[in-house]
Amino acid sequence: MIFGRSERGKPPVEPVTLKILVAGGFGVGKTTLVGAVSEIRPLRTEELLTEAGRPVDDVRGVEGKRTTTVAMDFGRITLREDLVLYLFGTPGQERFWFMWDELSEGALGAVVLADTRRLEDCFAAVDYFERRSIPFVVGVNCFEGAVRHPAEDVRRALDLDDGVPLLMCDARERESVKEVLIEVVQHAMALAANRRRALAT
Amino acid sequence: MSADGQGAHHWFDDEAGPVVRPYAMTRGRTTSAVQHRLDLIAVVSAEPHADDPEADASLSPEHVDIVELCREASQSVAELAAELDLPIGVVRVLVGDLVDAELVRVTRPVPPAELPDESILRDVINGLRAL
Repeated sequence: MIFGRSERGKPPVEPVTLKILVAGGFGVGKTTLVGAVSEIRPLRTEELLTEAGRPVDDVRGVEGKRTTTVAMDFGRITLREDLVLYLFGTPGQERFWFMWDELSEGALGAVVLADTRRLEDCFAAVDYFERRSIPFVVGVNCFEGAVRHPAEDVRRALDLDDGVPLLMCDARERESVKEVLIEVVQHAMALAANRRRALAT
Repeated sequence: MSADGQGAHHWFDDEAGPVVRPYAMTRGRTTSAVQHRLDLIAVVSAEPHADDPEADASLSPEHVDIVELCREASQSVAELAAELDLPIGVVRVLVGDLVDAELVRVTRPVPPAELPDESILRDVINGLRAL
């Protein structure tokens, strides 16, 4: 393979890395979803925000604090020796949206995890991905004991575009989460194909 | 949000923050020349000649840790940050130093706004199915 080695004789395998974001309200099960498919225990990365880095709006309640930590949990799935998928749980609080911008750059797509008992918690995430044309699917996390609502009702409540896939899932179940992730990639592929077609005509 | 109870709140243990302020490790720098290239999933690999980073007196212990982790296996920026328990911003600066020193190199992920090849996406789907 031509690209496999360089003049320095470096070891070959450098994986192609891809990422999918997992968004949704606080406590909806983002880290659980990541953990259900990740080959590593979800890891936590942190970013420190200083006064200068903090957005100027909405600092109520944190006035006394000079730095704030934004934590993101992530997991890894090695699909092939040279193909690695990372899943990033987005920071829940809306005031950390500028972190989302960085996270979503180059992302394949996103899962918005919804809890029907607190649907409004995921409005912001739906809005965010819609506005930036980032492919996303909505996964309705069916907690035990939560009343199941028909998909159509949830779709209407979220005012989702027809094209946005919505599926019921269980964030604890590996098979269920796999299905959600596959849906994200398929949806991203379909959107990309549409875009190409639009460009060609 | 009200100020109720805020005055009585004190920080203990981890909440109070690290004993060494994180950006002390970068000598106060918050950016580096290569930083804009460092996505969270950019892969950092050790250069083959970086076999004894500890011998290099110009490197901090954190620099050495990064080189050694990368010598074991290529790592994403996010993994390095989690493994070393350092903020991402700090890891970016340190990796930038190591790139300048030609001890590590960084492989960029797929450029933003450019979806990866359809064949790669198909591989992802098949890979997920096979999990």
